[in-house]
Amino acid sequence: MRYAMAIDTNKCVGCADCVVACQTENNVPVGYARDWIAEIVAGTYPNVELEIRSERCNHCDNPPCVRACPTGASHVVEGGIVKVTPEECIGCGACIQSCPYDARFSHPKGYVDKCTFCDHRVKKGRDPACVAVCPTKCMYFGDLDDPSSDVSEAMKNRKYKALAPEAGTDPHIFYLM
Amino acid sequence: MTEELLTSGRMNPNIDPFLNIWHWHIPIYLFLGGLAAGILFFAAYYTITGKEKQMPTTVKWATFIVPAALIIGLIALFLDLKHQMYFWRLYTTIRLESPMSWGAWTLMLITPLSIIWVATYMKEVIPDWQWKWKFLDTAETWVIKNKKGLAWILIVLAVILGIYTGILLSAFNARPLWNVSILGPLFLVSGLSTGAAVIIWITKNHHERKIMSRIDILLIIIELFLVTHMFMGFLAGSEVKIATAQLFLGGQFTVSFWVFFVILGLVFPLALETLELRGYKIPVAVPAILILFGGLVFRFIIVEAGQFTRYLY
Repeated sequence: MRYAMAIDTNKCVGCADCVVACQTENNVPVGYARDWIAEIVAGTYPNVELEIRSERCNHCDNPPCVRACPTGASHVVEGGIVKVTPEECIGCGACIQSCPYDARFSHPKGYVDKCTFCDHRVKKGRDPACVAVCPTKCMYFGDLDDPSSDVSEAMKNRKYKALAPEAGTDPHIFYLM
Repeated sequence: MTEELLTSGRMNPNIDPFLNIWHWHIPIYLFLGGLAAGILFFAAYYTITGKEKQMPTTVKWATFIVPAALIIGLIALFLDLKHQMYFWRLYTTIRLESPMSWGAWTLMLITPLSIIWVATYMKEVIPDWQWKWKFLDTAETWVIKNKKGLAWILIVLAVILGIYTGILLSAFNARPLWNVSILGPLFLVSGLSTGAAVIIWITKNHHERKIMSRIDILLIIIELFLVTHMFMGFLAGSEVKIATAQLFLGGQFTVSFWVFFVILGLVFPLALETLELRGYKIPVAVPAILILFGGLVFRFIIVEAGQFTRYLY
């Protein structure tokens, strides 16, 4: 089993509903975010292209944060989800430094916090909060190993990319183009 | 003009607009750790080679700085933690993949061992020094008898500690400035050089100062080579590495790096030490302080600039 997410950049309008849904679902402290919107405008005027991406932890197959962690607080659970155990985290910041996506932050309580793929929802067979609320239905979540899952279906006939693959982390958030 | 404009909605404190997770604690610790490793390395080396008599400052007096430096460094590291009450978690696991775990365990070993090392010289510093309990006298005799064994352990630990201060940073693939394998040797050599500088500064033995000055000159030359190679590597590297080099070649760290570290912290003391060996009268404190200052500035710049370098935005 390998959980992954695919996000259709052609359908995403950048409304940030995923951001708000995550903050509400996971009780993210005010001023912090586990997911966010990035807008990229590229080209020469008037031939410009806009890409909108909903970004978050990439739940990498080769997670540098898990390697950097001196206590084992950062770890991988079933399905490749990268998680942090607050009671084991000393707040040294090594994982924050190690993440090429800067997806982690220091929670005001001291430990390091990040996207969990809403594994408390996923365990019950539901989609992560961000996916569930998306008004344009541009996000797909599921098991990459299962060819009939939402994410596998979405990626089947599309071109897609991942962010900073050159960092060698083998990220698992895919952007459909 | 073709351009790419990127706007991120993320504004996490200390993450955006640029990473600001590690503050003064880390460079202070890296400096003190490197200094302690340097002094211990020379002390252990001259004990192993049986030259305690010729090098009294190196083997004995300078090592009194080590426990103090390590303890201040440990306090700085502790203050840097954001979930401090859980710091003991470091010592419930050994994680071979994590440089910080290596560092935590090395410090756990080297700090008490350096205190034991210093304790065996207490009677030489304070002639009527008496241990409070009898068993400490027995322990002292035993340690003095096995001094060379302790020196072998310390020399290994000192090298690990010295290299570790660089590897701690170079293991972070996400920060292109740090992610160069040359950083480990560079921090080790810089640490040894600061250690040698302290010995040169406090020794009153002319012979010893001459030997340590020669070693220090060699170390500074190696350091200059390593710095040059580091930049050659950056400029021959990928886009993020070239952008990293630009921070120091016209970017915001240009003056601090080249003027305060390379010129004032390396080239200038190198020239002064060479002149001193040629017989010119130069107050020995000047090159020593410059080297220590350069080592400190170097660590501050690397830690700060590294957090400016990233893959995405």
